[in-house]
Amino acid sequence: MSEDREGFRRLHPLTPILRGWKVFAAAVAIAAQQAYGDVEISWLLIAIAVSIPIGAAYGVLSWWSTHYRIGDDDLRLETGVLFKRSRRVRLDRLQAVDVVRPLVARALGLAEVRLEVAGGSSSEAPLAYLSEASAQQLRAELLARAAGLQHDTPEAPEAVLLEVPLSRLIEATLRSGATIGGLFVLFGVFVIAGIAREWSVLSLAIPIALAAVPVTMSLVGPHFGFTVAESPDGLRVRRGLLETRNQTVPPGRVQAVRIVEPWLWRSQGWCRVEVTVAGYVGTGQEAASVLCPVAPRAEALQLLARVLPGIDIDAVPLTGVPPQARWLDPFAWRQLGVGADNRVLVNRSGRLTRRLDVVLHEKMQSVRLSQGPLQRRLGLATVHLDVTPGPVHANVAHRAAADARALLDAEVDRARLSRASAGPDRWMTPPGGAAAPIVTR
Amino acid sequence: MTPSEPFDPPGEPWVRVSPKLATLRRWISVVSGLIMVAGVTVLAWFVATWLAVLVAVVGLAMVAWGWVVVGRSVRSWGYAERADDLLVTSGVLNRQLVVVPYGRMQFVDVTAGPLDRRFGLATVQLHTAAAATDAQIPGLVPAEAARLRDRLAARGEAGAAGV
Repeated sequence: MSEDREGFRRLHPLTPILRGWKVFAAAVAIAAQQAYGDVEISWLLIAIAVSIPIGAAYGVLSWWSTHYRIGDDDLRLETGVLFKRSRRVRLDRLQAVDVVRPLVARALGLAEVRLEVAGGSSSEAPLAYLSEASAQQLRAELLARAAGLQHDTPEAPEAVLLEVPLSRLIEATLRSGATIGGLFVLFGVFVIAGIAREWSVLSLAIPIALAAVPVTMSLVGPHFGFTVAESPDGLRVRRGLLETRNQTVPPGRVQAVRIVEPWLWRSQGWCRVEVTVAGYVGTGQEAASVLCPVAPRAEALQLLARVLPGIDIDAVPLTGVPPQARWLDPFAWRQLGVGADNRVLVNRSGRLTRRLDVVLHEKMQSVRLSQGPLQRRLGLATVHLDVTPGPVHANVAHRAAADARALLDAEVDRARLSRASAGPDRWMTPPGGAAAPIVTR
Repeated sequence: MTPSEPFDPPGEPWVRVSPKLATLRRWISVVSGLIMVAGVTVLAWFVATWLAVLVAVVGLAMVAWGWVVVGRSVRSWGYAERADDLLVTSGVLNRQLVVVPYGRMQFVDVTAGPLDRRFGLATVQLHTAAAATDAQIPGLVPAEAARLRDRLAARGEAGAAGV
């Protein structure tokens, strides 16, 4: 991309078309629908003929007025046609960089680069769209600068840690409550048809069976070709069938981890791993928090050992809750358990779907102790470890009250100690020392 | 030292909030309670006189009970500033104790509504990067609220860490 005098760059010139085609398609769809009614076609044509050039002009203006520039410490993003907005994103606070390629963008060879930072309700600095080559280059540059390296450091090499085969992904998707429910309904249809001797009822089964295909597709699609790789930049996750996404989460950005073992996966020994990363918030970002959609537990733990080096989750001894907890959680109280070492706190919960929440002490934002009236009666209390918004909620439920307070106090101490020894935001700079020299252009 | 009761203060005693908060909340509870009791009593009057009397008696008893409950609830608030973190406790029925490390604070709010200002009160609220952190201290004298805010901000700066 060409740069202007101040080093600002523009997005790819095809951006307005890519952003506008949805609006255009919607307009045509509405028009087509209306054409069935009694609205005169000529009026519709006039409306379309007027709105398309206006929309196109706005799209071009919006593209023209969007600039970005990468500095040593920040990314500047200037947008807005009428209301100008200038945004500065601190690169040392970068939580993740995603390269997203929706289907149409892929056809045109374009990609979107998203900078995820903590706070805000969605991706706060989306750069849509760039050519694929410049998107890759931009990602490498952002990560290099965020790490505290020179901007022209070549892209870091990577080693693949985990690949999820399609067959396992499909089988795991089918082993769900929804599948059982669907089979149950199908079975019901057959039974009713058999009892009533009315075979036309069977035609009901066809839409149910047909619906299973797109539903499964929509669940498998985002995780298709799921690959996790490791590089000095951090974790790289590649996934997606129609819309592909390359996520990069730099070291030290994982706040907490959850290992989920649904009941129907247990015979296979499978689990899912979700992570809380401060940047991945808002709607449509739930899938971004999945570090591993389905894998045998041993493989998942190996992966976690790379994500959280030096931490062995299974080595942390867990202690259960006192028997009076059965009055408050009769179904799962035996599963409740908590344990901590000097790096993490591990909390187990759930009977059918077993969950293991792992919170890094250094990433904990606050700790709470709570006690309801029934808990007070039974001498119990719950400890909550608050982390940034995401899939992990570590509620250490129904501990004996004195133990809960001791856990709270211990957690406060452990968090303080591990914060003091936490790595730097710019992960390539030596810990505690001055930042590596950054060569300016 | 380890506290013997789960919600005991950490060594030093809790700093309690201003009793004026109880006065304010009692006013609010009594006025809104009386308006509600009056309304329901009038409605009951159209059904039967005895029902109206019953409603009025029960309603007034509830207002009186509210007086007591507000007092207990306000007395339950307390906070303690330690070297590295702030502790806030609250609640009578559902008790809570929050520990927020200074280094984790993203920002501190001081708010005071029109009634609060009339009674000379303000609320300090702490925000961290976790949405679940629920650390607010109501019923502070404005001077104390400002002092707490500045002190928290200064300590937060000193111990600041990335997210």
